[in-house]
Amino acid sequence: MSDLNAVTTAEAPATDAGKPRGLAGDAWLDLRSRKVFWIAAALVVVVLLMAAWPSLFTSADPGDCLLARKNAGASGGAIFGYDFQGCDVYAKTVYGARDSVVVAIAATLIAGVIGLFVGLAAGYAGGWIDALLSRFIDVMLGVPFLLGAIVLAKRLSSDPESNGVVAVILTLGVLGWTAAARVMRSAVISAKNQDYVAAARMLGAGPGRLMFRHILPNSISPFIVVLTILLGVNIAGEATLSYLGVGLKGDAVSWGLAIAETGPYARTAAAPLVWPSVFLAATVLAFIMLGDAVRDAFDPKLR
Amino acid sequence: MSDVVLETRGLVKHFKTRAGAVRAVDGVDLQLRRGETLGVVGESGCGKSTLAKLLVGLEKPSGGEIRVRGDNMARLRGSSLRRARRNIQMVMQDPYTSLNPRMTVGDIIGEPYDIHPDAVPQHGKQRAVQELLDLVGLNPDHINRYPHQFSGGQRQRIGIARALALRPEIIVCDEPVSALDVSIQAQVINLLEGLQRRLGLSYVFIAHDLSVVRHISDRVAVMYLGKIVEYGNQVAIYDQPTHPYTQALLSAVPVPDPRLRGRRDHIMLSGDVPSPADPPSGCRFRTRCWKAQPGCAEHEPLLQIRERSPHPSACHFAEIRDVMRRF
Amino acid sequence: MTDITAQMDAVPGIDPRAPLLDVRDLRVEFRTREGVARAVNGVTLRLHPGETLAVLGESGCGKSVTAQAIMGILDTPPAHVTGGQVLYRGVDLLRLPENDRRKVRANRIAMIFQDALSALNPVYTVGFQLGELFRVHRGMSRGDAKRRAVELLDQVRIPDAKRRVNDYPHEFSGGMRQRVMIAMALALDPEVLIADEPTTALDVTVQAQIMGLLAELQRERNMGLMLITHDMGVVADVADRIAVMYAGQVVEEAPVYDIYARPAHAYTKALLESIPRLDLKGRQLNVIRGLPPALTDIPRGCAFHPRCAYAREICGIEPPPAYQIAPQRIASCHFVREVLGV
Repeated sequence: MSDLNAVTTAEAPATDAGKPRGLAGDAWLDLRSRKVFWIAAALVVVVLLMAAWPSLFTSADPGDCLLARKNAGASGGAIFGYDFQGCDVYAKTVYGARDSVVVAIAATLIAGVIGLFVGLAAGYAGGWIDALLSRFIDVMLGVPFLLGAIVLAKRLSSDPESNGVVAVILTLGVLGWTAAARVMRSAVISAKNQDYVAAARMLGAGPGRLMFRHILPNSISPFIVVLTILLGVNIAGEATLSYLGVGLKGDAVSWGLAIAETGPYARTAAAPLVWPSVFLAATVLAFIMLGDAVRDAFDPKLR
Repeated sequence: MSDVVLETRGLVKHFKTRAGAVRAVDGVDLQLRRGETLGVVGESGCGKSTLAKLLVGLEKPSGGEIRVRGDNMARLRGSSLRRARRNIQMVMQDPYTSLNPRMTVGDIIGEPYDIHPDAVPQHGKQRAVQELLDLVGLNPDHINRYPHQFSGGQRQRIGIARALALRPEIIVCDEPVSALDVSIQAQVINLLEGLQRRLGLSYVFIAHDLSVVRHISDRVAVMYLGKIVEYGNQVAIYDQPTHPYTQALLSAVPVPDPRLRGRRDHIMLSGDVPSPADPPSGCRFRTRCWKAQPGCAEHEPLLQIRERSPHPSACHFAEIRDVMRRF
Repeated sequence: MTDITAQMDAVPGIDPRAPLLDVRDLRVEFRTREGVARAVNGVTLRLHPGETLAVLGESGCGKSVTAQAIMGILDTPPAHVTGGQVLYRGVDLLRLPENDRRKVRANRIAMIFQDALSALNPVYTVGFQLGELFRVHRGMSRGDAKRRAVELLDQVRIPDAKRRVNDYPHEFSGGMRQRVMIAMALALDPEVLIADEPTTALDVTVQAQIMGLLAELQRERNMGLMLITHDMGVVADVADRIAVMYAGQVVEEAPVYDIYARPAHAYTKALLESIPRLDLKGRQLNVIRGLPPALTDIPRGCAFHPRCAYAREICGIEPPPAYQIAPQRIASCHFVREVLGV
């Protein structure tokens, strides 16, 4: 039997310490060494801080507008200048983070949770459950987004006192999960039919283990990608709804709102349009990069 | 009879499809004795892979029974069923898809112990996993590596280690070397043989490669369209085949010796295997058989010892023909 | 059968007296992010009309890449042909403009693959795909093309060809599909047929049918057949000569009888001893230890030396020269004598 032990591994000697590690631990070790991860994480933290404590970033009040300063250039604390109503663009952008980020993250989470469960259920159960859920997804996709959103947002924000945040979140969340569910469903179906799932079943693994040890880790990547894209879509969706008058209202400030209202004036003064857009793009990009880094870290083949 | 560890009686599996019922396995009787290797050969679509899935419980039989050490699996419940299941493990064909790419080798081989905590040896799971790695000829320090860091042959060893974790008596090997390179196949075959000697394992060895099956098997069952057409020990099947299908199959296998060119008995079958959704009446092989008579369409030949077949053969005209003979 | 067609697809510089196919010192590498994989490292092969040359080797030995380089169907990037010549009747295909190369590919050198289903277009009938070849390359009318298609299907022994010509690829069984692909490859009467693992996906009884058909067609047309395979059994049945490849090189080349009777390279010998044989029982299989090398990291000296039972110090230092051990026999092994047992 000595010849059996003569098999040598051609690969580079990796970290082969005696202590067993798992996927999560290995993923963290990998993430720690990625520059992209740290850049993305730093950006996300900054945006979250901005959303939580805007006063850390500016002492100006976004509601302090003077028509006399209309479209004035940068001065003092107003490093981005003033918009057509004479509001401080920097202050507005900083304060806009809160509603933009809260709406986008919350709506994405709602869509993600619905999408995850519907996709998992449809893909794992198969049969009539799958048929039913898939048809339901098709019906949801058939609803024109804008029409559905307007009707839903209007209905949800009937209370004149509210600033519309909850209504927008629910609207975007409830209408936005379909793509995620579809992607999850097909990924689950392909993972479910892999031999290693059969091997685990053969060993006597229960549905929970099959789902969470074998199927989910091997089907989640495309779902994460869809969610990070959805995050950007939701920030834009909030802007659209606000622009149409069924989104954020009253004294709410958000990037979407800011972009929407500067539209007609953009040719005379670009700053009020450019800066919220830059922040928005940077935030979306940071989340996408973070999502990609996490996804790659959890795939041993890409390490 | 006490040394029979696994037995099937009239085992049947039909799959319902739009085109009608596919009779993948259609009445299979097999016996596996302790420490022996039973080879199952046949071409694609003959039902051998479905048979493997039935034996390990991945598919539920539509009829017939599977007995493990005399216990009918269908009658067992709860912990006795779990124990019986544990006793039959499987080595799968494709070492690239049968290991979860996101689990470490330690987790893959240790998973049987997570599912059956009572099976963990006294000295702990990690030690047990490392012993298994050593047993199959892999470096025990590699528990933290992932499947993609191993070659095909090494992955197959990982699959074998996983199958051995629960100390089963029976291992069903479903084409365990057909995905491997020629120079690696011998390594895995020798490993399987060595483990059998050392651990007293019984194998059901399912393959399409008749040379590999001859090498490793004590007894051989030849399948065609869901049925066993010939059954016997290695010498009976290879040197004294009596069923026309077995004879055709053997004569078609290329032998790595050019001196035999033109000096072997070549039986060229016409056509393809019929669909198992609509098998021919009577003898299923009759549509491709050169001995077929009108009666073959009406009377199904039973798998039994016949006047001119000293071992069970399912042909009305069974007769020994040594297709391996050199002219 | 070579009528007006020769003119339509004429390629300049063809010398009918030159060897049919002459591959000289061919080198191909794949440039990837993980490094440069040297898939083919100086392969020299020659194929004559009516001859069957088997190129034998395990996956990753460069046998398929060699075939694809000869056909000119490698994707660049990542593959780059970095040296050598592929001479067809004296014309170096590697230096030919793509337009002329395409003519050679369709008319003179054809190829069949392991996976017939993905090599045929699923949305057209078999008859249409065959007929298209005649319409494009031979300028035939629709009706004539169809008639030729039926003839061809007949020639590859597809029963009821008249009716089946209107079927789609998925309606054929694996073996029949492989016949259709052979028909397509032979449609324009090539002089060279390269068959890359043509029967690996098929059952043994069907494999025997297909190999028999190939041999028959080759005889009828006096084609040169290059059979690329890993199966030493199939090779023994049909080949005239064998080239054994390992890590991108031909390590041994010999007439078929010699190589099985007395292999001259340690790798060939070990391979023959490691396969189970239908006609021999109870033989302990001789294991080749270790793995084939990664092409990004081929061992110095003789590429096989880490796995070789005959290896000595020199094998890890100096690449073995190609020893001419008989008029038609070449082996690249420092210890040819020991392996041969003389």
